[in-house]
Amino acid sequence: MNLNAFVFQAVNGLSSASGLFLVAVGLSLIFGVTRIVNIAHGSLYMLGTYIAYSVATKLGGALGFWGGIVLTAILVGILGAIIEVLLLRRIYRAPELFQLLATFALVLVFNDAALWIWGPEDLLGPRAPGLTGSIELLGRRLPTYDIFLIVVGPAVLLLLHMALSKTRFGRLMRAATQDREMVGALGVNQAMLFTGVFALGAMLAGLGGALQIAREPATLTTDLNVIGDAFVVVVVGGMGSITGAYVAAVLIAEVKALCIALGIVDFGLFTVNFSKMTLVAEFLVMAIVLITRPYGLLGREQGAVRSVAEPEEPLRPATTATKIGGLIVLFVLIAMPLIAQGSPYTLVLGIDVLIAILFAASLHFIMGPGGMHSFGHAAYFGLGAYGAALLVKWFAAPMGVALAAAPLVALMGALLFGWFAVRLSGVYLAMLTLAFAQIVWAAVFQWETLTGGSNGVLGVWPSAPFESRPAFYYLTLALAALGVFLIRRFLFAPFGYAMRAGRDSPLRAEAIGLDVKRIHWLAFAIAGCICGVAGGLFAFAKGSISPETIAVSRSIDGLVMVLLGGLQTLSGPIVGASVFAVLQDSVMRSTEYWRALLGGVILLLVLAFPAGIVGGLAKLFARRKAAS
Amino acid sequence: MSTQMLTVEKLCASYGAAQILYDIGLEVGRGEVVALMGRNGAGKTTTMKAVMGLMTQSTGSIVFDGHDVSGRQPYEIARLGLGFVPEDRRIFSDLTVLENLDIGRQPPRKFSDGVAAPVWTEQKLLALFPNLGEMPHRPGGRMSGGEQQMLTIARTLMGNPLLILLDEPSEGVAPVIVEMIANTIVELKKAGVSILLSEQNVHFAELVSDRAYVLEKGQLRWNGTMAELADNIDIQRAYLTV
Ligand SMILES: Nc1ncnc2c1ncn2[C@@H]1O[C@H](COP(=O)(O)OP(=O)(O)OP(=O)(O)O)[C@@H](O)[C@H]1O
Ligand SMILES: [Mg+2]
Repeated sequence: MNLNAFVFQAVNGLSSASGLFLVAVGLSLIFGVTRIVNIAHGSLYMLGTYIAYSVATKLGGALGFWGGIVLTAILVGILGAIIEVLLLRRIYRAPELFQLLATFALVLVFNDAALWIWGPEDLLGPRAPGLTGSIELLGRRLPTYDIFLIVVGPAVLLLLHMALSKTRFGRLMRAATQDREMVGALGVNQAMLFTGVFALGAMLAGLGGALQIAREPATLTTDLNVIGDAFVVVVVGGMGSITGAYVAAVLIAEVKALCIALGIVDFGLFTVNFSKMTLVAEFLVMAIVLITRPYGLLGREQGAVRSVAEPEEPLRPATTATKIGGLIVLFVLIAMPLIAQGSPYTLVLGIDVLIAILFAASLHFIMGPGGMHSFGHAAYFGLGAYGAALLVKWFAAPMGVALAAAPLVALMGALLFGWFAVRLSGVYLAMLTLAFAQIVWAAVFQWETLTGGSNGVLGVWPSAPFESRPAFYYLTLALAALGVFLIRRFLFAPFGYAMRAGRDSPLRAEAIGLDVKRIHWLAFAIAGCICGVAGGLFAFAKGSISPETIAVSRSIDGLVMVLLGGLQTLSGPIVGASVFAVLQDSVMRSTEYWRALLGGVILLLVLAFPAGIVGGLAKLFARRKAAS
Repeated sequence: MSTQMLTVEKLCASYGAAQILYDIGLEVGRGEVVALMGRNGAGKTTTMKAVMGLMTQSTGSIVFDGHDVSGRQPYEIARLGLGFVPEDRRIFSDLTVLENLDIGRQPPRKFSDGVAAPVWTEQKLLALFPNLGEMPHRPGGRMSGGEQQMLTIARTLMGNPLLILLDEPSEGVAPVIVEMIANTIVELKKAGVSILLSEQNVHFAELVSDRAYVLEKGQLRWNGTMAELADNIDIQRAYLTV
């Protein structure tokens, strides 16, 4: 590595930091005031790139470019206000996770909207009129536009600081970030405040996106990439802190720049290509910050939002009716290969559904009874899947061995990651689990020699006696049933009671001698282990595994399944996973815009059943009973 | 008292599955200072929160200055002129004294009969509480308990309230400050502002209150004039901290 290259990359990093800061600070402000983690924030940024592209190319010239940036920021700000009024306002009282689900549905809808309006091709915007040149820095050319971007970040930071201290709206935002209920009791209409902060946050995201079009093309993958980076920045900087967001944006951008500048380094025994480690490095930084300073560099513990949701119903052992119902379902599933003889596809779907059930049930185990909202369950699915597939690839292991190894590999990952995760709670735990999942994903993606990189591992087919589809179906059914049964046993054993006690009141649980962290750690490990089985089965069911299938979207799928079913019932994840898998399958095959349709369905469900499908039905029955 | 400012009837409230208040009824007249008394956990704070619209689970009728406010949002109730001073103060610790005051600001207002309510400004309040006047730019998080107590009262006054729910203002503050708060209450009363004050012991309540209600386990046990309560050792022994 030479010093010049490093300094040059460091300067470059500063200009990336500005874009990162703009999107992250909006996310942070919104979270501070409304306590909603807006997953759709990356989508707003993406829409910013597309809208600015359109204005710049349609209008042309300096007005088109610079005026377009301003116009884009305003339009995206208005869109943010509309989202708040039409959607979020209806679900402020719903559990936190439902809000996440709703904003995730928006991600799907916006992505397809962009596909529909702008098409699948990447769109490269014009260069910035007036700033097309470059200056020479350490023997390299640095575009003047990048220098402009370097200035934009601190300028916006300064403006925001002034707005937050000098305007009444800014003061209200700071007050509401600390105690929004008290702000309401002093006569401030929170609805206006929330709409305002959403509009502001969206505007900043739109601005960030619009500023990028002279550097990078507008593409449809921007939304999830950007939201991933923005989460990291917000968590590292501290939720609700705007200075923290800038510091963290610089830190993250510089760490990435350092990786790129280091390039390939020879350590004698082995060589490491650091330029391919940017993702791992980014999430590693976040993990380290979360472990050492759980509330971020400049953040502080957020006052708990005074709970407005109804109290959680305790879990009840299955009634005879439930047991009989469960047995009937099981018999139907066993008879499925006979029933579906005419349509072989049914079994393929059946296997998918069963794997989804195992995945969702294991996630539910830590989310519902454990109260740990993991945003990175894909990690254990991926460890299981890759554990099995790599054994087949490198050692030609028989399926039995590979399938046995899957849960063990996942268990080890879960023991390691869980040890850190259980030290946090709430949004922070969610983000740390997400970081771990991203590390697994990035390692798999970037460690090409071992894992085949983006091509994945191919040729992982079931061996005798399970080569036939029905046989593999029965194997999957048996393992899924066993997994679900084991989870139930755990929940109604003393361990399960201790776990729920730890969730509901950690202090009292500690006081009666329970080691809450240890119990939750164990639960995390059990969930990871069972999820590993699902991953292993998945690899064999598809015959292959690739990084794509263990990416963040799988973690989100799991969340959607669990939330669709409802958190506080044991049959919830089973129903949720089945509905989701079938829905995804049928929607996916019927339209190119399946994401939007799926998103729409999720939105409807969230608005209609804030307690999940099973929870909603249970409440309906309870009301019927009470009425009769 | 002829004109009622606040009339509460059959007020019930719960936290989750636990019912806390049972059929509370009380009245506060214009310019009247009424004490809501009871031991720890009797339900004083819960009553005030329910009146302010801060309890998600509550039923009953609450009429404030002629408006039915039951089921309304806290901000709507505050905008009708009902001020709330919480017992845990809930100062915005990142905001300075002046900024805290600004959050409470509301336009001047009139009673329903057209008489203007007292109008408060930062200057007046900093003069009323000289300790605050000495530290207008200090963040709320770096003030003593007594200073925070003054600030929380001043912040509510910025809304020019017609009636104030004052939750245990004397708890855990120095005697000089208690005296200052008592003087403020008397001043407010003179200006026609009504006050519902929660208290555990009679000594402070006796200084400022006209009438008293006594709560125990979420139920109303006794009501009468403050003088009667001060003389009634039995009631005090049974329901209050003596
Ligand atoms: N957030 C809450 N959740 C559940 N129960 C609560 C909550 N807040 C108060 N309670 C219960 O409600 C009852 C009444 O409490 P409240 O705070 O109204 O009493 P109080 O008369 O104001 O007491 P204090 O003098 O201690 O302030 C108590 O039994 C208390 O335990
Ligand atoms: Mg109280």
